Amino acid sequence: MTDLPAPIARWFDDRGWSIHPHQHAMLERADAPATLLVAPTGGGKTMAGFLPTLAELARDPRPGLHTLYVSPLKALAADIRRNLTAPVAEMGLPIRIEDRTGDTRPTARKRQRADPPHILLTTPESLALLTSYEDAPRIFAGLQRVIVDEIHALAESKRGDQLMLGLARLSTLCPDLRRVGLSATVEDPPAIARLLARNPDPCEIVTADPGPAPDIAMLDTDAAPPWYGGGGRYAIAEVLEQVRQHRTTLIFHNTRAQAEIFFHALWLANDDDLPIGIHHGSLSREQRERVEAAMVAGELRAIVATGSLDLGIDWGDVDLVIQIGAPKNVKRLVQRIGRANHRYNAPSKARLLPANRFEVVECIAALQAVEAGDLDGEPRGPGPRDVLCQQILITACAGPFDADALYAEVTSAGPYVGLDRAAFDACIEFCATGGYALRAYDKWQRLLQRPDGLWQLRDPRSAQRIRMNIGTIQDTDTLKVRMRGRNGAPLGEVEEGFAATLTAGDTFLIGGQIVRYENLREMTVVVSRDASATPRIATFMGTKFATSTQLSERILDLLNRDRWPELPRHTAEWLALQREVSVMPRADRLLIESFLHDGRAHTCIYGFAGRNAMQTLGLLVTRRMEVAGLHPLGFVASDYATLIWGLDPVEDPAPLLTGGEMREDLDGWLAENAVMKRTFKASAVIAGLIERNTPQARKSGRQATFSSDILYDTLLRYDPDHLLMQITREEALRGLVDFGRIDEMLTRIDGRVQHVTLDRLSPLAAPLILEIGRVPVQGAGRERLEAEEAARLMAEAGLDFD
Amino acid sequence: MNGHAFTLCGAALVARPTGALWWSQHRLLCVSDLHLGKSERMARRGGGLLPPYETRDTLDRLSRDIDAMNPDVVVCLGDSFDDLTAAAQVEAEALPHLSRMMAGRRWIWIEGNHDPGPVAMGGEHHAEFRLGKVTFRHIAQVGLATDEAEISGHYHPKHRISGPARPCFLIDGCRTVMPAYGTYTGGLSAQAAPLADLFGKDGIAVLTGTSRAIAVPLRRPRTAPRRQAGWR
Repeated sequence: MTDLPAPIARWFDDRGWSIHPHQHAMLERADAPATLLVAPTGGGKTMAGFLPTLAELARDPRPGLHTLYVSPLKALAADIRRNLTAPVAEMGLPIRIEDRTGDTRPTARKRQRADPPHILLTTPESLALLTSYEDAPRIFAGLQRVIVDEIHALAESKRGDQLMLGLARLSTLCPDLRRVGLSATVEDPPAIARLLARNPDPCEIVTADPGPAPDIAMLDTDAAPPWYGGGGRYAIAEVLEQVRQHRTTLIFHNTRAQAEIFFHALWLANDDDLPIGIHHGSLSREQRERVEAAMVAGELRAIVATGSLDLGIDWGDVDLVIQIGAPKNVKRLVQRIGRANHRYNAPSKARLLPANRFEVVECIAALQAVEAGDLDGEPRGPGPRDVLCQQILITACAGPFDADALYAEVTSAGPYVGLDRAAFDACIEFCATGGYALRAYDKWQRLLQRPDGLWQLRDPRSAQRIRMNIGTIQDTDTLKVRMRGRNGAPLGEVEEGFAATLTAGDTFLIGGQIVRYENLREMTVVVSRDASATPRIATFMGTKFATSTQLSERILDLLNRDRWPELPRHTAEWLALQREVSVMPRADRLLIESFLHDGRAHTCIYGFAGRNAMQTLGLLVTRRMEVAGLHPLGFVASDYATLIWGLDPVEDPAPLLTGGEMREDLDGWLAENAVMKRTFKASAVIAGLIERNTPQARKSGRQATFSSDILYDTLLRYDPDHLLMQITREEALRGLVDFGRIDEMLTRIDGRVQHVTLDRLSPLAAPLILEIGRVPVQGAGRERLEAEEAARLMAEAGLDFD
Repeated sequence: MNGHAFTLCGAALVARPTGALWWSQHRLLCVSDLHLGKSERMARRGGGLLPPYETRDTLDRLSRDIDAMNPDVVVCLGDSFDDLTAAAQVEAEALPHLSRMMAGRRWIWIEGNHDPGPVAMGGEHHAEFRLGKVTFRHIAQVGLATDEAEISGHYHPKHRISGPARPCFLIDGCRTVMPAYGTYTGGLSAQAAPLADLFGKDGIAVLTGTSRAIAVPLRRPRTAPRRQAGWR
């Protein structure tokens, strides 16, 4: 057994505690270059990560930075500081612990650079900023360990890619740096280990006891769930009853919009005035902090939340998690369940509430997956090059660099191990000259190669602009929402697109209250309180997750059982009716139903490829229908099907879907698609082509910048093979376009299309008719409709002087 | 003709879907805010290195308008160049292209806030230019004489009906604010100050960027039912 230094051992003894086996395992591996700890929430994971640090500092408390802790959330960094400072003080160890995030005050930041603490707690973005300073080698001198918390969450996004490039940088500055990753339960720990370790260092995986199986079931409700939509408002009474029966309940929603609507409804029904709060990423920091503080103090009985609470902040006494809406992804469900009962060796309790009839099937399938311990996940592709471009700029901010050395450093980072030199050089070229076919900027390059071969910024002042734009978080453009009046309270943010649709007097929900849109002032949405009972406009948008491949397979499997004893009667009867009047979709063939509804020809394609892919399929198929003269008018997609309507019936759907040319169609269609432009914008911002923040702050109203769509269109016309266009295509295929899933589906059905013509709407298609999120087809009709709408408005206003 | 025909103090004009304005009586074509050399200026200032194709793209579109209308007079309503240094750069780059367009017609450069003072290019250079009752100037003047009409640019107005916001003309009986013609130009909502204050109840917006110019009233009647963005 590794001996703990006396003060630490005594601290454990005084409390009658013994260290967990996985904490011990981490101590034993303290000298390993990289170690990954996989442990459930509440397993003393953070302490396991920090124990070796405390032991080393207890033996040798020399000044200077010893351990860097990186977490995906600012709040988590602050939380860990509180939770670590107390035991360290009790142990009487002379260890300085500080956090550094976007919220840290400038004076504190300055002092931290001059005199770093022993343990610095930070985020990937703040770390990237630190490495961009000229004095980075001095700040990080002597750094021994880096702990990456919630690495499973970071691994799913570009923030993780950026962090791993940052760690590669740190390893260059401090060659003896040891890395530790802390992860929740994931489906493929070796993949996370490969991400974490410096290539080709080994990375051992320590797995903690997963604890007892969770107590998880469906939430019983009196009413059957509605046929369509989300939110789970039909079960307000049952949810409230659960809240009454438990100490603290976390109520998770998949989107911020649904969380807002549900919270509002919950509040209206809350006759006992139970203290209930709401927490999501669109609320202002002040609002979130108030809720977090109340939660920590044990003042709240329930909190309505989204993914912003997914990560491991310690909320204390949560004894029930309610997931509203299908979880879409088994892994996320398991991690959310883990939020209930933060005590080791106590089962977590969770209840699932399907928001509509189809989600009943999905929730049951997810429950079965949890019982089977069958987690899902989509493997992530190689590290994206837009993040690499930003890393090159960050490196240049810190001082002149050698391209060969930087290439070696970058390819030591897990996501970039396979990056070839030509791809790397293209990124250098992009950062230096823009990388355009037309060489226009020789005089105004961003990076210059000096006579000694090193690269440096042409204008040292551009370092400030680059630093202002560090980060890869792809938030949509949002506008702040503020209450009217001088010093009106900040309420949160809404998407710019949503704000643009508002006219004075419109009402919407934010932070659980109904507000009335007044005007837009200096890029802030000004609102006033509104007494009306129901907001006219639902609320702002939210991201939509797609149901994972594995969960979709389970759903198809469940649908094809002979009977459904595990399903509630209303759902089983619905499925039986589908089998009677049409057929049940199967994994080995593609069911397509055609029927007339509301005087329009409808076609429903049951692809079960997840919402994003089904949306893409809708765009591709309607494009082919347009070419075939079938006059499609629009479509709507869900996780399991795409419903298309148009003027002419589809007699033979197979050619619309089969094979090879689908890919070419995709390329053609992608080029002018809005999803592509959105993807381009995100990559252009990350790669440093577009500056989100400029020294001359956003001016009121007047747009100093122009739409990134224009840049996209220009590149498409004059330079379609430009690096950023390549990156955009790569990104689109795996992200919102998700063509990979369509490919998978086409392989799965292997040409077997089953076309059924019905005399009316089928039971499975019925919910789709009511689904929101309809997409108009961008056909020739679009302009005509716009002209007609304009003519109507002109006539109404008496301005039709044609 | 896909343009929107209107009259300004008796002058019969057409707002073209390309963003250019046509005055057939004088065979005059007017464009505003070309912002040539924008990407070069951004690069010079140490910002992002934008695709350096906007000068070519803007001039290509202008060529097409000129070929289509064969004007006797072309008025560039200010901010033709992103700044005076950019003007010199564009001259070196695109002079042949520009000279071809300028040959055989009267060409008037109006000064803008981005390109104050004359540039070395051929053609005439004016702070303002008056033809009959119509004054061409870069920035709209608050308060016009009763029998004066004005055509200006500067604000890059944009407006939306139910699709995306598009560059637009803003028009009432005596005033027109032109959309920005340059490829790399952003926009200011027609409903934002100070644009909203320049136009009264009878102001209309003419949206460009599609195959037809689409006219729509600036103020929607209060009673009009709200439509969702997007179509069913």
